[in-house]
Amino acid sequence: MAAPFDLTDNDVVVIIGTGAGGGVLANELAQKGVSVVALEAGGRYLPQDYVNDEWESFGQLAWTDPRTTSGDWRVAKDFSGLPAWIVKAIGGSTTHWAGASLRFQEHEWKTASVYGDVEGASLLDWPIDAAEMAPWYDKAEEKLGVTNTGGREPLPGNNNYLVFEKGAKALGYTQVHTGNMAINSATNDERAACRQTGFCFQGCKWGAKWSSAYTDVPRGEATGNLEVRENAHVARILHDDQGKANGVEYFDKDGNLQLQKARVVCVAGNSIESPRLLLNSASTLFPDGLANSSGQVGRNYMRHMTGSVYALFDKPVKMWRGTTMAGIIQDESIHDPSRGFVGGYEMETLALGIPFMAAFLNPGAWGREFTTALDGYENMAGMWLVGEDMPQESNGITLNTDVTDQYGLPVANVHFDDHPNDVAMRNHAYKQGMAVYEAAGATRTMPTPPYPSTHNLGTNRMSDKPADGVVNRWGQAHDVSNLFVSDGSQFTTGAAENPTLTIVALAMRQAEHIASEMNQKNL
Amino acid sequence: MTVKTITRVDRQVPKSGMTRRELLKGATALGTTFVTGTGFLAASDAAWATELNALKPETFATLVQMARDIYPHDHIADEYYVIAVKGYDSEQHAKATEAGIATLNAAARIKGHTSYLGAGWEAERVEVLEIMQNLPFFQQVRGGLVTGLYNQKAVWPLFGYEGESFTQGGYLDRGFNDINWL
Repeated sequence: MAAPFDLTDNDVVVIIGTGAGGGVLANELAQKGVSVVALEAGGRYLPQDYVNDEWESFGQLAWTDPRTTSGDWRVAKDFSGLPAWIVKAIGGSTTHWAGASLRFQEHEWKTASVYGDVEGASLLDWPIDAAEMAPWYDKAEEKLGVTNTGGREPLPGNNNYLVFEKGAKALGYTQVHTGNMAINSATNDERAACRQTGFCFQGCKWGAKWSSAYTDVPRGEATGNLEVRENAHVARILHDDQGKANGVEYFDKDGNLQLQKARVVCVAGNSIESPRLLLNSASTLFPDGLANSSGQVGRNYMRHMTGSVYALFDKPVKMWRGTTMAGIIQDESIHDPSRGFVGGYEMETLALGIPFMAAFLNPGAWGREFTTALDGYENMAGMWLVGEDMPQESNGITLNTDVTDQYGLPVANVHFDDHPNDVAMRNHAYKQGMAVYEAAGATRTMPTPPYPSTHNLGTNRMSDKPADGVVNRWGQAHDVSNLFVSDGSQFTTGAAENPTLTIVALAMRQAEHIASEMNQKNL
Repeated sequence: MTVKTITRVDRQVPKSGMTRRELLKGATALGTTFVTGTGFLAASDAAWATELNALKPETFATLVQMARDIYPHDHIADEYYVIAVKGYDSEQHAKATEAGIATLNAAARIKGHTSYLGAGWEAERVEVLEIMQNLPFFQQVRGGLVTGLYNQKAVWPLFGYEGESFTQGGYLDRGFNDINWL
């Protein structure tokens, strides 16, 4: 049967979310002839709709439904109602992402073994490893058109990169380049080459950056096997008496509750909404939330050790010109405990416009120390620091029953306390980031606190053992065999790298598994 | 809102016989602004003026100075700060704003000044703001300025920021890598 599908069609795979996980999974399944209904909470925005204005774009794309925060992380104080900066639209956060596409390092699949006991951390080895993932990374890099892989040329360095590179080399760093970016350096896969326009975070108006919104989603739809329903906010996953998922309740664009029957359900709503949905799907059979016999749903929330360094120079840089994040130093991404922490971090160029710089440089600050920094905006360079943070059982997503969203559903509370390892790594990264710019001649450097989370990970983690993880090596729920988790919430640990490439690789691998299991009537 | 340019300030001189010079001298009590009549506020150099709907002129002048002291940019003229805080001059916000500024003036008196605007140095006014900084009124004004001031498109060029470049084809052929001093 071809799309559109009937609400009572119980032979469809229902996918919740259309970002890096859900959007890719939907297309890959559709290409294999599987019938798919994808439910997307947001609307459809394409390159011609994107707005190159930071706040206006935020209003267009960001997920701003109510959420609450707790814990000692500074985001809870600075942005108490906005724990994460992620997107509510077809394509999910692949509209907003910078495009950095890095593979995990080999040891990052096995951190419990490699790092050993870290007090307070719930480290666990992934049940899969680098060798198993290598061919899927190849496929993912090909799909995304990642630069510096598969014979694709690197992006040219912009002003912000050239300052960063000079400082890095002066400091003795050697792993310095313009990144592995899912941004075309030349026309590729029917998408244009980068025009160095900036505003990568606001949706690429050239389509040079890969986003599932204008690649996988329409390609899946073109097969006739994929129906995407926009503005469909999922409320609950339903199950039969045997505990198999058999349908999904959602509010449609008019606010009416609908029930889509399902053969298989895949959850890909990002690491805040995915566990919230499972917890909101509690039933008599699953009193602690769907697929939560382990008690791990919502736990081990990771958001990467992050921070930024901005620096002022005595001459203009104009960092906002060109690609937002095409520049990386990888020397510090190794695991070297002699630095005082386990795991590593990447340093990546980053630029914000004046409106966001005012909001994020030092939230809450006022007076001349702050304003003289902005006065130097034209002479400013910037980098983002992103490293592996420690999973902690107490960090996570719970339901806040005191606060409900526009549909009356309890919202997610996001609790996060920095682990001492995160703090030690951030302090090291600040010091090194400031040293990079000082080596390039900076007159002033500024260690800038974390922004609302963009890398939300780990809240439905993968483990071979049903006792300590929510899903198995295929992202399949231990408790509900036809329920899958298809986003970054299945991450066992976070690694130092930006997560999208790994989410895409896992989704492609999962699609093959689901299609095969359906063919064999195991699903 | 509109910000008008006053070109004939002398017409506003009261009949009491004050010279313009005296009036401007008196206006220092209102920082860089002065009152020219009920519900009307103008820059002392007559660069801008605004009609007020709900706030007392003294209150609004104090609010503008407070905004500048929170986010002082010497190369940005008062008119942009006026735009940033003009929203408080409404029926909805007037009562709370009058109360907030009254508190600010009370804090100034604690520090030995006649009023907030009576403190001549920025550093003296900052001491007063530090007393205020955890109060909701201060936080509201500061938080509002983050977008009210810095998201004014007319302010961006004053920081060198160029805004969108898509309509000009990006910077690929327009200097994305034009740094020449490294």
